[in-house]
Order: sequence, then structure tokens, then C-alpha cells
Amino acid sequence: MNADIHGLSGAYAVDALDDVERADFERHLQQCPECQDEVASLRAAAVELTHASALTPPPALRDSVLRQISTVRPLPPLTGDTGPAPQAEATVTPIESRRRRVKPLTWLVAAAAAAVLAIGGLVWSPWQSDEPAPQQLTATEQVIRAKDAQRYEKVIDGARATIVRSKSLGKAVIIAEDMPAAPEGKDFQVWYQNPDGAMVSAGLMPHEAKPTVSMVLNGDASKFNGVGITIEPTGGSPEPTSDPIALIEFS
Amino acid sequence: MVVMSALSPGNPVPGESAAPRQPDLSELLRASARGDEGAFAELYDATSRRLYGLVVRVVRDPAQAEEVAQEAFLEIWRTSARFDAGKGSAMSWMMTIAHRKAVDRVRSAEAASRRDQTYEATTQERAYDITAEEVERSLEGQRVRNALESLTETQRGAVQLAYFGGYTHNEVAALLGIPLGTAKTRIRDGLIRLRDTLGMQS
Repeated sequence: MNADIHGLSGAYAVDALDDVERADFERHLQQCPECQDEVASLRAAAVELTHASALTPPPALRDSVLRQISTVRPLPPLTGDTGPAPQAEATVTPIESRRRRVKPLTWLVAAAAAAVLAIGGLVWSPWQSDEPAPQQLTATEQVIRAKDAQRYEKVIDGARATIVRSKSLGKAVIIAEDMPAAPEGKDFQVWYQNPDGAMVSAGLMPHEAKPTVSMVLNGDASKFNGVGITIEPTGGSPEPTSDPIALIEFS
Repeated sequence: MVVMSALSPGNPVPGESAAPRQPDLSELLRASARGDEGAFAELYDATSRRLYGLVVRVVRDPAQAEEVAQEAFLEIWRTSARFDAGKGSAMSWMMTIAHRKAVDRVRSAEAASRRDQTYEATTQERAYDITAEEVERSLEGQRVRNALESLTETQRGAVQLAYFGGYTHNEVAALLGIPLGTAKTRIRDGLIRLRDTLGMQS
């Protein structure tokens, strides 16, 4: 067993890994009973520390928690059928406030996680006890963790664009690394390519330069056979007005 | 400060030695999974002080901490059927959910801007000041403080910055001025010593 990854157990137990390390370690964890035991015991030790930081919450918290649970159906137990992907989309998290705190995967992280998936054979089966249920994942996380996630990559003038698509989820994510700012008065627009070659807008990339950007594309990713990027006037166009700077075909 | 002196090791609070009746949290979780809201209310009452206290330690901002604690309890309710007693205690499972949510919150961009990045680094030796007024005055708390004392200073700092600070191990290394890549070892060593000192099963 890889000694380096084994040594991450403590940091994992207290959520001190970055997203890439966490994804790596969780893959390792599935096949390492020793690490599962160690993580459980170290977590339990860390949890003991909270005896010393207990704090009475505001009474309103109890009221709102108990009021809200009455509107939420508990998930069924896992019964061995661990194929959650097809239903992930249908179950929308009912807590409105979650939307605001969707955790943005950084560019690098998302790209690396996608790479991990590609190399790892696209297998993802969450460790049940503490991995958030699929419904808890952001859309981006759902896509890159989908069992049928496919990854496509393109380098454009030093910037790297990675598309991860899950046919079963009908979703795709674009992850741009070292992307420059769009030219003055322009935006980068992402398009899906129809089987007949027509382009359908899938969204605008953020205008400013960023080290990493990830964006879920608009539209049913399972219905298209490629993605293109063009430079369009600010705000985007209904159809491309220039040749694509990148075209990525789904295989 | 008066409160701190009341918490000093030489001044245990009397009358706490009798263990309060602790409900069976696993059973309450199983009942919650069947939709028993009364059981969940009991679960809330038995765990909310520790869960909320942890979230406040990590998140700091009371309004955000309340949101995070609420999200954690709702997730606990929703996923209660997924709790597996074979993989750890109910308390550990619940606190893991809450901790992960708190860490996600502080690492998100909007929260990061509100954080005082130097706070933990400058106050790590005073482990409990933030919640001093309501610190659990229990033998458990004392036992934990003693166990923390058994760690080396670096181990203790690394564990506390990671667990209560919500920092990654690389950030912990930078805050402690130790080489990158060594903090994860300190965290693991510290947790192992803590576990063994507390006499927990490995």
C-alpha cells in the first residue's frame, strides 16, 4: 500500500486535505480497511475535543431545524444497489440557502479531479458512512464523480480547457485553466454542437482572467456531440459570429 | 478573566461527576430514519451543544454558524438511514457531517474574506478562549484538556489549527512555520496520541 497516501489519514479525518488529496484518499480508502479503521478512530479522537467547546445554540435554531425536518423525507437506507447517478438529478436539495454556498471547485482542483477519474477508470462508489449523498454534491462534483464521466482536453494558447461529460446525468462541465481575460468588449462563449453541426449556446465564461474557472454547461449534454468556444461580443450571441477558437468532439 | 480561572485545571466544577443519562444516539438516528420527528428532537437536544460549539469554533461568525449548524442537522435527518454503527459512533458520524460543512463554509470564497487569518496562529496556545463563557464544565472536558496537554506543542497546534481552524495541512504548515508536507504527519501523530491518551479503541 502506498505509504504516502496512508499518511494522509489524520489530515483526512479532520478535513484538512484539499479537494484533490481528498479525492485521492477516498479512492484509496475504499480498498484499505486499515485506513478506514484508522480514520474512524482518529475522527472519534478529534470529536472528543468538542467536549471542551460545547456551546448552547440560540433557541431559534432548534425551532427552525425541527420545523424544516417535517418537510424533508429521510433518504432510504442503502440496500446494496449503489447506482445513484441516474436519480441524482431528480432529487433537488430543498434547502434554498444551499444554493448560495455551493462550493466552487477551483480550476486546478477540478481539472485534477477529472484527471484522477480518467486515470482511475471512472469508478466512483462513495464510502457510505460519511461521503455526502449524491444529492449533496454540487452539479460540478456530480458530473466529475459520475460513473460514466468522460474527459476531454484542449490546450488553447497556453490555457487548458477540460470538458467532463456525464451522459447519464445529461450534464457537462467546462474547466478552464490559466484562462486570459476576454478581449475588451468580448466574452468567451461556449457552445454545444448538434449532430447536424449547428451550435447551441451553452453559456458564457466569466469575463475576467482567472487561474481556474469551472462552469456547468447549459443544455442536455447527452444530446450533443461536441463543444466549441468562440469569442463573441459582450453578453454573447444567439449563434456564433466567429470561428471557434477551440472545438472538442465527444468520442 | 474570571471565566478562564473557573476553567483552570485546578478548579473542577463540583457536581459533574455523576454521568448524565445519555440517550442512545444510534437508536435515535434509526428512529429518525423512519421519520420519527420526536426522536430527532431528542437527538438534537442531546447533541446540539457540541455540534453548534464545534461549528462556531470553525466558522466564528454567529449568523453563519447558525446556518451551517442548521444545514448539518438537516443533512443528519435526511441521511440518518445511512449511518453505519459498524463504522463509528453516532456522535462521531454527526460531528463529521457538521465539521465538513463548517470547513466547506470557511473555505468558500465569500467567507474567506471575512476571516481573520491570523487569529488562530496568535491565540492557539489559549485553546478555549472563544467559547470560554460556555465551555463545557464537565469531567469530559477536563479529560480532553489533559489529553491535549500530552501532545507536543507542534502536534497540538497542528491538530487545533486543522480541526478548529478549518485549515488544510499545507496552510497549517505555513501558520506554524514548519516545512510543507510535515503538518499532515503532525496532525496524524497528534490525533493518534490523543486517541491513545483518551483510551479509545483504535
